[in-house]
Amino acid sequence: MSVVTNTTTIGAIEAPSRRNTELALLGFAVAIPVFAYLNVGLAIDGEVPSGMLGYGLGLALLATVAHLVVRKWAPYADPLLLPLATLLNGMGLVLIWRLDQSPRLIATSMRLYKSFSPDAPSQMMYSAIGIAMLVAVLLLLKDHRVLQRYTYISMVAALVLLLLPLVPGLGSAVYGAKIWINVAGFSIQPGEFAKIVLAVFFSGYLMVKRDALALASRRFMGLYLPRGRDLGPILTIWAVSLLILIFENDLGTSLLFFGMFVIMLYVATERTSWIVMGLLMSVAGAVGVASFAGHVQARVDAWADPFACAKDVAACDQMTEVLMSFGSGGILGTGLGQGNSDLIGFAANSDFIFATVGEELGLAGVMVFLLLYGLIVERGIRTSLAARDPFGKLLAMGLSGAFALQIFVVAGGVMGLIPLTGMTMPFLAYGGSSVIANWALIGILIRISDTARRPAPSPAPNPDAEMTQVVRP
Amino acid sequence: MSELTLTVMRLGFLAVLWLFVIVAVQVIRSDLFGTRVTQRGSRRQEARPQQGGGRQQAAPPQQRGQQPQPTGGGRSRRGAPTKLVVSEGTLTGTTVALQGQTITLGRAHDSTIVLDDDYASSRHARIYPDRDGQWIVEDLGSTNGTYLDRTRLTTATPIPLGAPIRIGKTVIELRK
Repeated sequence: MSVVTNTTTIGAIEAPSRRNTELALLGFAVAIPVFAYLNVGLAIDGEVPSGMLGYGLGLALLATVAHLVVRKWAPYADPLLLPLATLLNGMGLVLIWRLDQSPRLIATSMRLYKSFSPDAPSQMMYSAIGIAMLVAVLLLLKDHRVLQRYTYISMVAALVLLLLPLVPGLGSAVYGAKIWINVAGFSIQPGEFAKIVLAVFFSGYLMVKRDALALASRRFMGLYLPRGRDLGPILTIWAVSLLILIFENDLGTSLLFFGMFVIMLYVATERTSWIVMGLLMSVAGAVGVASFAGHVQARVDAWADPFACAKDVAACDQMTEVLMSFGSGGILGTGLGQGNSDLIGFAANSDFIFATVGEELGLAGVMVFLLLYGLIVERGIRTSLAARDPFGKLLAMGLSGAFALQIFVVAGGVMGLIPLTGMTMPFLAYGGSSVIANWALIGILIRISDTARRPAPSPAPNPDAEMTQVVRP
Repeated sequence: MSELTLTVMRLGFLAVLWLFVIVAVQVIRSDLFGTRVTQRGSRRQEARPQQGGGRQQAAPPQQRGQQPQPTGGGRSRRGAPTKLVVSEGTLTGTTVALQGQTITLGRAHDSTIVLDDDYASSRHARIYPDRDGQWIVEDLGSTNGTYLDRTRLTTATPIPLGAPIRIGKTVIELRK
């Protein structure tokens, strides 16, 4: 017989630390890329590749360091985040190394730049810096609620990061997008880091203002519109970041920021009207930008019918190559090292690396990668559900939402679902900023999940423990 | 390298990738099946304010072991009490709807009615309906005892409508 129920509470039966599960999965996650190296080497040269031991040991070393740090400083962290990210990073290394072996790409590089340098070693170095970033986040950020204090500082920091590429002498335009800065010989993409900093600002701000945003609102045409003074600061930062991004010709990132903004607003206020308004605003923005910016116009044409303009426009040409690559992969793929995805002459190992997955591992492999990303997002959202403080909830939600949107924008763009925007597939694509920023993102999620899964401390003043006073007759 | 070896490796690699995904999903199986769903019907009406809207704590074990109870719904008898009213003490004026669940009283945080009363024990008394829907009060071994009218309770006793039940400085009664 059931009792009338009004509420149900879901709680985990117990919270074991699960560090050994993580270790086992990490071993698995290191073994798979080593297997992939072997597979590529055997397919291309017919022999066990010489670099296999080095890359395998390097990846194992990085994974061990990360695991030990998590075991020591975040013992209750989610057991899946680290192995999933390690596997993706390892597979990214293999795919970049595989494209380094391609004679076609070497020839193209020799023709264009008179030199060829393999990208896999530098990606290995970036991965090491990324793991160092994870370690630094876990060591320095003992409690994610500290970030709450820096709400407005992060707002300024995000703006500065977004503005940096526009500073003359510091920023540099690469292929039409001014999203890079050159510091001491290194190209850095500040937008990747701005993503995290902006999530901190949004969650800190929304945590304080969410009641005002949700409740103090006017009803207008069935939608709840909040008061201007609550919405003002956040609309300003959104508009400013959007303007900067449009000015920098980086639409993928602006879509990412806007999506993250809408997701966090919806989660904070529980008002569906935000979704409606967000969709309307993004459609209006997309149409507006597409009709003004030529850079974007070409991308939209390439998306609508790449084969029609393949002869004249570079964007269409790339798109046809990518679609052919996906198509020739079929369901099971051609096998690692046996595809022709290196025919994609431009950005084969960064923006279009997913095409190599599609060709050499087929639909089955693409699904695995999307599931791996999906699992990371799922763990992030689960962390957000389990977090005890509203700031941690919003931050975990914002970070995993941004991660999910990035996957959607890149994978959707490469597969021809939406117009292509130049963004990197997290962990998979070649690029230092992306790898380092995403490891920092995973570090913050691990920190929040550690706090969320840690057994709750007992409340300090416990009235149950006080003695009952005895009535004296 | 022979074609066959490469084909086997290609399919083997895909199998290994899928195996990893399956193992990873197994690890988080508890998200789907291993969680405990606690039903907390009566806790909505409890008198004390929810603190800060934070995460609600799961109910403690003793509250979950409820005996089968008459489902209130359609079979409320004529003249049966429908609410419990606190008439004296710090919680004066508080009413709790009676819906067929056990109501626990005491200073413990997980009680249905949390008494802010130095003379009440942490788990002082409970009020529950018996099979016929008659409400029963039972002392849970409290320090100062539970009084129905003037008599100190020794066994579970049916509660007449409107009779005062005294717990420390608090008096409650059942009303229609």
